[in-house]
Amino acid sequence: MKGNSVQVERSESATLAAHPQPDTPVMDYSQRIARQVAAVPRSGIRDFFELVLGRDDVISLGVGEPDFATPWNIRQAAIQSLERGQTSYTSNLGLLSLRKEIANYVGGFFDVEYDPASEVLVTVGVSEALDVSLRALLNPGDEVIYHEPCYVSYSPSVVMAHGVAVPVATRQRDNFSLKPDELAKAITPRSRVLLLNFPTNPTGGVASKEDLEGIAKLCIEHDLICITDEIYSELRYDDEKHISIASLPGMRERTILLHGFSKAFAMTGFRLGYACAPAPLVEAMMKIHQYSMLCAPITSQAAAVEALQNGKEPMEQMRESYHERRDFFVRRLNEIGMDCHVPGGAFYAFPDIRKFGLSSQDFAMGLLESQGVAAVPGNAFGPSGEGFLRCCYATAFDQLQEAADRIEKYVATLG
Amino acid sequence: MSIDPLLQLLRSSGRLPVTELAERLSLPEDEVRARLEAWEKDGTILGFQAVVNQELTDDQKVSAFIEVKISPEKEGGFDRMARRIAKFEQVSSCHLLSGGYDLLLLVEGSDLMEVARFVSEKLSSMEGVISTATHFRLKTYKELGLDFNGEDDPDRLPVSA
Repeated sequence: MKGNSVQVERSESATLAAHPQPDTPVMDYSQRIARQVAAVPRSGIRDFFELVLGRDDVISLGVGEPDFATPWNIRQAAIQSLERGQTSYTSNLGLLSLRKEIANYVGGFFDVEYDPASEVLVTVGVSEALDVSLRALLNPGDEVIYHEPCYVSYSPSVVMAHGVAVPVATRQRDNFSLKPDELAKAITPRSRVLLLNFPTNPTGGVASKEDLEGIAKLCIEHDLICITDEIYSELRYDDEKHISIASLPGMRERTILLHGFSKAFAMTGFRLGYACAPAPLVEAMMKIHQYSMLCAPITSQAAAVEALQNGKEPMEQMRESYHERRDFFVRRLNEIGMDCHVPGGAFYAFPDIRKFGLSSQDFAMGLLESQGVAAVPGNAFGPSGEGFLRCCYATAFDQLQEAADRIEKYVATLG
Repeated sequence: MSIDPLLQLLRSSGRLPVTELAERLSLPEDEVRARLEAWEKDGTILGFQAVVNQELTDDQKVSAFIEVKISPEKEGGFDRMARRIAKFEQVSSCHLLSGGYDLLLLVEGSDLMEVARFVSEKLSSMEGVISTATHFRLKTYKELGLDFNGEDDPDRLPVSA
């Protein structure tokens, strides 16, 4: 693996803006954009991305995906599917053979049983699964509670589905788990949905069984539906077994379990995810999926069947590799004097930078400008991420070593 | 049983110094050094070599895979014969196989004639060698798990959610 040298073209929108068409009558576009879309701010990640693009020789800890190409047997399955001429639509729900594999896998891994005929929906990534879940559940003004710092799409997805986003801040001292008493404070009569993501992007945080039980109790008491984004669930370290809230007593009936292939099987570009839920919920989600997406790409579905049948070994090798890099990188960050909790999952370290007296944005900018290391300011993941930095350690080992050395130099200049 | 992580790392990155091995596996350096020494002593680790793509060098040497049928000896079976054949400096690898023949050798020489001479003069003439079949290597695509044509690095976006 070589470094993450930056070779990405300028965005298309920038090119278009350079060619104004003066003869076109001017329209007030701001009045034509739907309110709930206009209300969504530009992603902080996008801004930072533009800055990084302008520089050469950057070591990037800013990515959100594995540094492995998809294991060969899975790619081979995609190629074979094309060779056999499998280029048509599939069932709206997804190939039945894939749904059966998913039900089997989810039953074994999460210990929750779903009927492949009616309780599994194959989607274009977890992103689509989350979107259709929210759109299927929310009426305007319904509140969706989620823990923060969190993946950048949660709040926008809620707002674009006409919901109200209600973040609950999580803390480093709790290893960024969601504490039931904190959740309880956020629940109102308008609360309809709780959105969970453990292990968490960007913190690597995981929730203990005790916390999950407390959260489940609140969901049942307040009749909330829980959407649980399990995309990092295979990437747990230290021999800890992942527990999904869907497997706790009384939760299966009120949980939509979202999962996919991007992270554990290094299949981000295949864009394939799924939702498992009781049939009436899947039926509602399917309506949206059917009329907007029709079905997930068949080539990706064929690859996913292979991933579930024969992908365990390469997946475990990748996990071991992340585990090694986590141990190294988190240890180095702490040596350098960046307070970093040990993230129990995913492939992100989320060090605390508050003692240096800079905002996340200024710290990240300074690190980029002076040392050429790109890490994402924590506030890109919500206001409660302020004071932190997301560093993805799914990067070649020698690059991680170099990045740690450069961060050390940078921190030394901050006194 | 899974492979020892240190041995695994050495197999893929044999050149790493002890400090680096220790750092990557979060192990004390002393422990890594001691285990390396023990493995080299008991023959678990036989040596460290570079895997070279000969096409990119000036090296004109040729190599051949040679199937050898041998008759087992009364004492020692195939072992003694195989060890004797493996001793030749021209033989760079020697395996005992199941199936249609007994030994598979990889033999190297400066040119075709040298390999041919080795087969006719040294190998075929040995007592116990019944027959040989020589296959000259034309091109190598992968060796010791390393793909000679490599693969593109995935062009990941430098910053993504």
